[in-house]
Amino acid sequence: MEVERQSLRARQLRARDLLRGDLEGKDLEEYVEERLLTTTLENVLNWGRSNAIFPMTFGLACCAIEQISLVTSRYDIARFGAEAFRATPRQADLLILSGRVSIKMAPVVRRVYDQMLEPRWVMAMGACSSSGGMFANYAVVQGADKFMPVDIHVPGCPPRPEAVLHGLNKLQRLIRGRPDLGWRQRYNAVGTEEWARFESGKPTQEALDRAAAAIRSVDEGEGENA
Amino acid sequence: MPDAPGLELIAQGIEEGRQNTVIETSFEHDRATLVVNPEGVLHVLTWLRDTPEQGYTFLASVHAADYLPATPRFAVHYELLCRERVERIHVKALLEDPAAANGDSPSEAGLPEIDSCTELFPTADYQEREADDFFGIVFRGHPDLRRIAMPDEYVGWPQRRDFPIGGEPVLYTHNEIEAPRWFE
Repeated sequence: MEVERQSLRARQLRARDLLRGDLEGKDLEEYVEERLLTTTLENVLNWGRSNAIFPMTFGLACCAIEQISLVTSRYDIARFGAEAFRATPRQADLLILSGRVSIKMAPVVRRVYDQMLEPRWVMAMGACSSSGGMFANYAVVQGADKFMPVDIHVPGCPPRPEAVLHGLNKLQRLIRGRPDLGWRQRYNAVGTEEWARFESGKPTQEALDRAAAAIRSVDEGEGENA
Repeated sequence: MPDAPGLELIAQGIEEGRQNTVIETSFEHDRATLVVNPEGVLHVLTWLRDTPEQGYTFLASVHAADYLPATPRFAVHYELLCRERVERIHVKALLEDPAAANGDSPSEAGLPEIDSCTELFPTADYQEREADDFFGIVFRGHPDLRRIAMPDEYVGWPQRRDFPIGGEPVLYTHNEIEAPRWFE
C-alpha cells in the first residue's frame, strides 16, 4: 500500500513536470511511451461502437415488458452503454425484436430495419421472434430471420433481463470482431450432438472429422459462433 | 335470463310472426338458446328487439363457429341482452356449407350466406366482418364486407376447422434423421 502510494506520488510529480514543460529528452520519450497504446483504427471504432449501442424503442409483445425493465436501476443497461433508447430508427443501431412478429407486423418490422443506418444489429429476444415459439399458426411468422438478418438469438419465454444483458454482452463481443464460441467448442464437446451419435450412442468418425474442421475454422477466425 | 317456459313463449311469439323460423329451443346451464332458420334470423332479431315486453335492445356479440363433422357445418351466434331486466338470450342460426353439398371447393360452390343485421344493430358491422374474415361466411347487405384482421390479400379462412394449423415443425438436432443437414 505504501509502495503504491509512493509510486502514485512519483507519477503525479512527473505529470506536473510534463505540464510545466520541465521534462526533456530521454525522460520525455519515456513518459510518452508509457502512456501510448497502439491499435488499429478498426479496433477502436468497433470498441466504441460496442460500448455505445443505441437500441430502438420498439416493443412487439410481452417480451417488451422485460425489455423495459432493462433500463430500470435494478438491471441498468447503462452499465453496458446501451441505455439511450432512440425513438427513431434513423438514430438507432440495435433492433430488439421483443415478441412474436405477426404476418401483418412483419413488413413494418422490415421497414424499421431498413430505415436504420449501417452499422446495425438485430437481437431476436425470446422464443417467438427466434422460431415462432408457441404460436405455430397462421398469424405468426415462424422466426424473424425469415425476412431479416438476425445477429443474436436470446432464448427464453420471455428471457429474464439478465439473459438479454448476457445477449448484449455477446453482441458486443461480436461487434468487436471476437465472437464467443459455442459451448461445444468451449467445452471441447464437439461431436456430442444428438445427430452425431444417433446410431450407436457414440460420435461417428465422420462427425468427429466435421467437428475438427469446425474447430479449425474457428481458430483461424472464420467461425461466427456467437 | 328467460326461464324454460319463458323461452317457449318467446319461440311461440316468433312463430306467430313468421312460420318455421324457430327450429329448436334449448335451455341448458341457465342459458336460453333459440336455434333458428338462417332465412328468418332478421325476423327473430327484430322481434326480440322491438317487442315491448321483450326489449333485447343490446347486441353483445356476433360470432361464428365451425362444427366440421356435423351438418349443418356452420353457425352464426347472436348474444342479445335486455338491459332493463339484465336478461340474456342466445340466437343460433345454423348454416349449410354449399361446398359440402356438391363436393366442390369453396371458390366454385360459393360460401355460406346469411342476412346482415347491421341495419338493426350497427355494432354488428365489425363483428360480422370478423366472422367473414375467419370463417368465410358472407353477410348479405353488409355495407363494407372486407377482411378485418387478416391481410387483404390473404387466401383462405383460417379459423375453419379444415384449415391447416400452420407453422413449421421445430427442428432439434435429433431431427437429423428426417431432415439431414438441416442446420446448414
